[in-house]
Amino acid sequence: MSTAVKTEKKKPRFVFKRSFFSFPYIALNILFVVIPLAILLGYAFVGQEGEFSISNFAYFFSHIENIKTILFSLLMAALTTIICFVLAYPLAMCLADSKINKSAILVLMFILPMWVNSLLRTYALQNFLIDLFGMQRGFLSALIGLVYDFFPFMLLPLYTTLSNMDKSFVEASYDLGANKVMTFLKVTLPLSVPGIVSGVMMVFMPTMSTFSVTEIMGNTNTYMIGSMINEMINGGDWSGSAAFSFVLLILVGVTMVISNFITKGRGEAETGVGGII
Amino acid sequence: MKKGFGTILARIFIYVMLAVMYAPIAILIIFSFSGSSGIGAWSNFDFTGDLYLDLFQDASILGAVGNTFLIAIISSIIATIIGSVSAVGIYYLPKRIKPIVSGMNQITVVNAEIVTAVAFMLFFIVCFGYMDGYPALIISHTMITIPYVILSVMPRLAQLNPNLYEAARDLGSGPFKALTSVLLPQMLPGIISGFVMAFTLSLDDFVITLFNKGSGIETISTLIYSSTKHGIAPAFRALSTIIFVGVLAVLIGINIFQARARRKAIKGA
Repeated sequence: MSTAVKTEKKKPRFVFKRSFFSFPYIALNILFVVIPLAILLGYAFVGQEGEFSISNFAYFFSHIENIKTILFSLLMAALTTIICFVLAYPLAMCLADSKINKSAILVLMFILPMWVNSLLRTYALQNFLIDLFGMQRGFLSALIGLVYDFFPFMLLPLYTTLSNMDKSFVEASYDLGANKVMTFLKVTLPLSVPGIVSGVMMVFMPTMSTFSVTEIMGNTNTYMIGSMINEMINGGDWSGSAAFSFVLLILVGVTMVISNFITKGRGEAETGVGGII
Repeated sequence: MKKGFGTILARIFIYVMLAVMYAPIAILIIFSFSGSSGIGAWSNFDFTGDLYLDLFQDASILGAVGNTFLIAIISSIIATIIGSVSAVGIYYLPKRIKPIVSGMNQITVVNAEIVTAVAFMLFFIVCFGYMDGYPALIISHTMITIPYVILSVMPRLAQLNPNLYEAARDLGSGPFKALTSVLLPQMLPGIISGFVMAFTLSLDDFVITLFNKGSGIETISTLIYSSTKHGIAPAFRALSTIIFVGVLAVLIGINIFQARARRKAIKGA
């Protein structure tokens, strides 16, 4: 008996673990995600003659127009996020309230535009506002375009959190004598923070780096950082576009850190992506 | 009484928002039956569907539609296969390595799309001389959609009985057999929703396609972008109508199907 165990131990059998199934993807991820980002980083520090330099960043921060474009992109993203939130939060509350809405199709109708090509929707809006109603292209039309385009991405996570929220908390708050405003501020709003954070992330970050919407809906005054990168690529300035992308990458990182800080200790934020399917 | 008034007000709010969201699309659909070059002339309605005829004769639009679907189908199938298999692997990775790999998986999800697009472009230039067109688009679309497949398969794995795989192995099946005939069928709902997401993400992609397509290839997104600069063909209104009605039909169909399956499951229990 004991000898049989011994012989089995002597011959170490190769065991195929389930975790091995992840190895091909890890390799692909390193090749097609990590290495490209490393190359981007490298290009950002390449100067005119192929030498290591910070001239791209020096150029970036020495031109006031670049700083203005960054600030303008941040402003547009912030305005879009705020407007989307102010419109989407009450709407999500109404849709999640079973006394007001019982129809799942109605919710689906609001989320549906997420699945339609963003360029097509922007094209529809351009036809509507500018061709049909004769609106001037500019700041306002660009802002409306951004809000129109990103609204479903704010609504979906808010709706998901609010409809999954335990309604007994709200009832308990009423039973304990709180009025509607108090209940909203002390119960509903704090409980929906994960949804708010993921909605803000899903609107703020893509808005900051978009250029198609602001170019189709706006004019030369609504120039965003995305347009800048696009123009540099068209001009063949790869180091420059890499440096500008790097600046954008840092902005993304900062936003992530802030959102992680807010959601810390509140459990994982639901992304809400594809929640309808 | 007061409560009823609030409910009516809330319902009005819902329908006003819905109307605002759908007005531009409705106008586009209405004017897809008008032959006029721009939108706004209400006199030129013929309802003959001329724009639809134009659409099916417009080689550049049809080519773009074909490219969009070809790239979306190929890349989403590859992404679904790689994503589902590697989700199993990632789920069972040792505790110390798992967060690192999950983090690597999240990179393209959280990153700004334009940064990913520039990174891909530079990568193709540095590593392949200069690569664009279908290979570049299929690689980049596959890589940006795999994370979404993994993220939608993972929750399903958490619900799975962890002993199933070992039971299959003990009963004599090899690791791949255990994966394909025991694990994957159980993960199917997650795999399907992952595939749908990968497919739509690839269909709608704009920035990554624009930077990596090269000069010969257009997709729906890039064609609209380039034509908004020098006059867009009226036939796009017909195309938008078809796409919109198609998406609406598919989504409502899926929801009705799911509702029915749910009702059946309740009845069965």
